[in-house]
Amino acid sequence: MIGALTVLLVFQLIGEAFARGLDLPIPGPVIGMGLMFAVLVMRGGPGGDLRSTATGILQHLSLLFIPAGTGVMLHFQRLADEWLPLTVALIASTLLSIGVSALLLHLLSRRTPHGEDRS
Amino acid sequence: MKPALGEIWVYLSTTPLLGLTLTLLAYQGALWLYRRANHHPLLNPVMVAVTVLVLVLSFTGTPYQTYFDGAQFVHFLLGPATVALAIPLYAQWERLKGMLLPLLVTLVAGSLTAALSAVGIAALLGASRESVMSMAPKSVTMPIAMGVAERLGGLPSLTAVLVMSTGILGAVGARYVYRLLRIEDHAVRGFAIGIASHGIGTARAFQVSEQAGAFAALAMGLNGLLTALMLPWILPWLESLLH
Repeated sequence: MIGALTVLLVFQLIGEAFARGLDLPIPGPVIGMGLMFAVLVMRGGPGGDLRSTATGILQHLSLLFIPAGTGVMLHFQRLADEWLPLTVALIASTLLSIGVSALLLHLLSRRTPHGEDRS
Repeated sequence: MKPALGEIWVYLSTTPLLGLTLTLLAYQGALWLYRRANHHPLLNPVMVAVTVLVLVLSFTGTPYQTYFDGAQFVHFLLGPATVALAIPLYAQWERLKGMLLPLLVTLVAGSLTAALSAVGIAALLGASRESVMSMAPKSVTMPIAMGVAERLGGLPSLTAVLVMSTGILGAVGARYVYRLLRIEDHAVRGFAIGIASHGIGTARAFQVSEQAGAFAALAMGLNGLLTALMLPWILPWLESLLH
């Protein structure tokens, strides 16, 4: 697990270095994810340790959003003043973008046979 | 001499231990409740845990910054977790290769819909410019969204709140949209929720199936990239058209 965590951090670090060094608007961890993906494709998949650690972390992805989410308490005043436009925009836009994306992908990928095991 | 309860509190409330432990306890409790309630969408663990923490912090008069000094250790793991998304993504690589073009077209359309509809509705209903700009990257993963908001002249910490709300809304509401539109393919479901609701939607998709999760992770990553590249020039351009 520690080995896998080290690998993840090294990729994140390389990603951060790229983002800073080349002044990219993309955050380091996303670049790190891209690099990790490229390495996995080249090497033909992750080792067992990396796989189980990644699965373990991702199962608790929700936990990681809690500290930033609690920051809602810094904005109570603004939220009280502008609750209507913000709430309507959030709900309508979120459901609309899910609907548009799902429908479009559904229609576009219809030409290939449907189902779980297409590969 | 035994220290008074008040003194113990004063000591504990200034160490990172308390914020960190509170975060984990709130999460465990929220998760327990969510499972007990048979994964009822309105009991989304992030929403429940955040509500509990806000109540606790407000009642004890603890500033957010003090809490975050401890909770940042959890927050930090967002980085390695983002890198770890490459692993489920790789697991779906064979399926992905076959549908790259539909995925990319959907990505661009979904990404634009997410940003422009939010900006348009908020502005139309009279939200302030700062709020509108903070709203624009709401569908994107939190670290990217905060950076984009800053570039646009929004408030990064407000963006964090809007991003979280969007994530929860998507995680709660997606199933109704899918039912309405009769979308059953887990790949399609995952990809759509990943575009609209980033990591929280992805976390929800992983609860449904690994395939849904992997497609959500892909959509989240790509939408982060696209939004970071696109919004900083699209929005100023739109603004100049309107004035």
